[in-house]
Amino acid sequence: MSLFFLSALVLPKIAWSAILPELILLAAPLVLLAVSALSARRLPTGVYAGGMGAAGLASLGASVWLWTQVTPHGAGTAVDGAIAVDGFSVLVMILVSSVVVLAALIGEGYLRREGIGGPEYYVLAMFSAAGAMLMASADDLVLIFLGLEIMSIALYVLAGLDARRQGSGEAAMKYFLLGAFSSAIFLYGIALVYGATGSTNLPQIADFLAHNVASSDGLLLAGMALLLVGFFFKIAAVPFHMWTPDVYQGSPTPVTGFMAAVAKAGGFAALLRVFFASFGLLRDDWQPVIWLVAVVTLLVGAVLALVQRDVKRMLAYSSINHAGFILVGLEAATTRGIAASLYYLFVYGFMVVGTFAVVTVIARRGDEAHDLGSYRGLAQRQPFLAAMLALLLLAQAGVPLTTGFLAKLYIISAAVEAHSYALAVIAMVSAAIAAFFYLRVVVLMYAGAKSGVGLPAPLAATGAGEGAGSGELSPVAAYGPGAASAAELEGDRPEASRPDGAGGGEGHGEPDAAGVPATIALAIALCAGFTLLFGIWAQPVVELARQATLLFH
Amino acid sequence: MTDVSGAWYLSLAAALFGIGAFGLLVRRNVLVMFMCVELMLNAANLTFVTFARMLNDIAGQAVVFFVLVVAAAEVVVGLAIIVAIFRRRREATADDLHILRG
Repeated sequence: MSLFFLSALVLPKIAWSAILPELILLAAPLVLLAVSALSARRLPTGVYAGGMGAAGLASLGASVWLWTQVTPHGAGTAVDGAIAVDGFSVLVMILVSSVVVLAALIGEGYLRREGIGGPEYYVLAMFSAAGAMLMASADDLVLIFLGLEIMSIALYVLAGLDARRQGSGEAAMKYFLLGAFSSAIFLYGIALVYGATGSTNLPQIADFLAHNVASSDGLLLAGMALLLVGFFFKIAAVPFHMWTPDVYQGSPTPVTGFMAAVAKAGGFAALLRVFFASFGLLRDDWQPVIWLVAVVTLLVGAVLALVQRDVKRMLAYSSINHAGFILVGLEAATTRGIAASLYYLFVYGFMVVGTFAVVTVIARRGDEAHDLGSYRGLAQRQPFLAAMLALLLLAQAGVPLTTGFLAKLYIISAAVEAHSYALAVIAMVSAAIAAFFYLRVVVLMYAGAKSGVGLPAPLAATGAGEGAGSGELSPVAAYGPGAASAAELEGDRPEASRPDGAGGGEGHGEPDAAGVPATIALAIALCAGFTLLFGIWAQPVVELARQATLLFH
Repeated sequence: MTDVSGAWYLSLAAALFGIGAFGLLVRRNVLVMFMCVELMLNAANLTFVTFARMLNDIAGQAVVFFVLVVAAAEVVVGLAIIVAIFRRRREATADDLHILRG
């Protein structure tokens, strides 16, 4: 009798292979936690970092395998329609897996330096990454919400990881309160959309909208508006960006880099999917909102970054500016625009992780030295770091021969193609404003050792503060007199600084006041290498993003 | 029974959500702000259940269980963060969080 009931119960067919990357990143932290709980002695942080690196590589492998499955067979769904298996989600999985590997490398160096033991960083980072992947592949609003929460709750704790620093706890608190607020708004939006369309499944919503004239339905519009607010919080779009500078500044620096890459990847992936694929028919309703938010985000991000003295705050505002660019691709609401946004998201992840890795090293023990003054004359003390940071910042500014340039180019050309001329012009203006504060750091690194000749006024004022800071490092300043040559100051072409930096990295191993841990150096080199290699040899990644969007479910 | 239509439940949920959002924005005590978030989540739950009833669809009621679990997880993490920060202070107000600014 009981057997009869069991056979009558229809279980959904779960294609485990479709969620293999997520499963790996959910299982690995559980194993790490068990290992740490069961081992008699405290394990060195390298063990956990190795575990996380291995899990990241495994999930990267699984993602690439999924890609080879998706490309010939086309997009599909799994787990009873709750998961979309398409190029879009798989590409985000590849990005997040790569970031996990990089975060393991960076975290190892950071935690060893700070003397923070235990598996927490690695465990939480992997959970968070799994949540971001879930957001990217979810084909159901409820699953997007679950992914969002898995990602965010882990990030709240990560932000407060450095318990000794008050700023870290404060960042966790602020992130938590505003994050929970935005999650609740998002959830209420889902509820309203469910009431208006009768489903939380994205294809079913699209289907409903295709067969019913619901464009004047207040319930649906209110739901969409609340969903947008929730997304804007997560991706840090103005006017929902207030938490960003505080949280970016207060969090441990490796966490900031991870957060910038992963939270943006998850948030934008879900935003693009929901609004382009599901609410695509209502684009006349949401396009003006995205237009307005994109404009404000671009300008506020660029302008407020100008006045920051703290490098992490500056990078926080710069990340707001980047979010504006990605929104421009969504505003175009064309396949090309989505491909451009996806490409931007992909290459931005590597740029921002690399940049914050450099900031991690420069901050030195205690994670406090984030003032612009710490970067003065860096090229002489740390030629490798300076070259890498210069390359990554120039890429963020959109200098040619880097992925950052291509990303901005594709976004703007997609906007022009969609006849959003005003938006394209505003985006270019904001990129020009942004270039100033990126170049300011680069100039400071390469020219700062001398007096602030030729520097803009705000920089001249910084000179007084860091006399002591650079003084204690002066013995090392004899190294690499050629690094700060005038030629590099003028042009500072990335390909010129790259070989110089690579050489400096190997040869400059002897202890410095802020020696570069080998693992972080490797992560920085990987990020910079990716940015430069695929900036020059553009075809593969561009093609990947284009193909991913064609395989959009 | 029959004269209480779904619109009443939806209005109640909207009011609860509004109270929660308003409270989060104006109150300075972190614990109260936290409770306001819970109120907002439960308003969304009520909305889900009401719509599920109106649409004759069980999926909306199932969502509530997911939300309850998420809310519980948020409570755990949130209270842990609050305790970690305010262990050495007498009051838990958001105004004490003032190191990060600029």
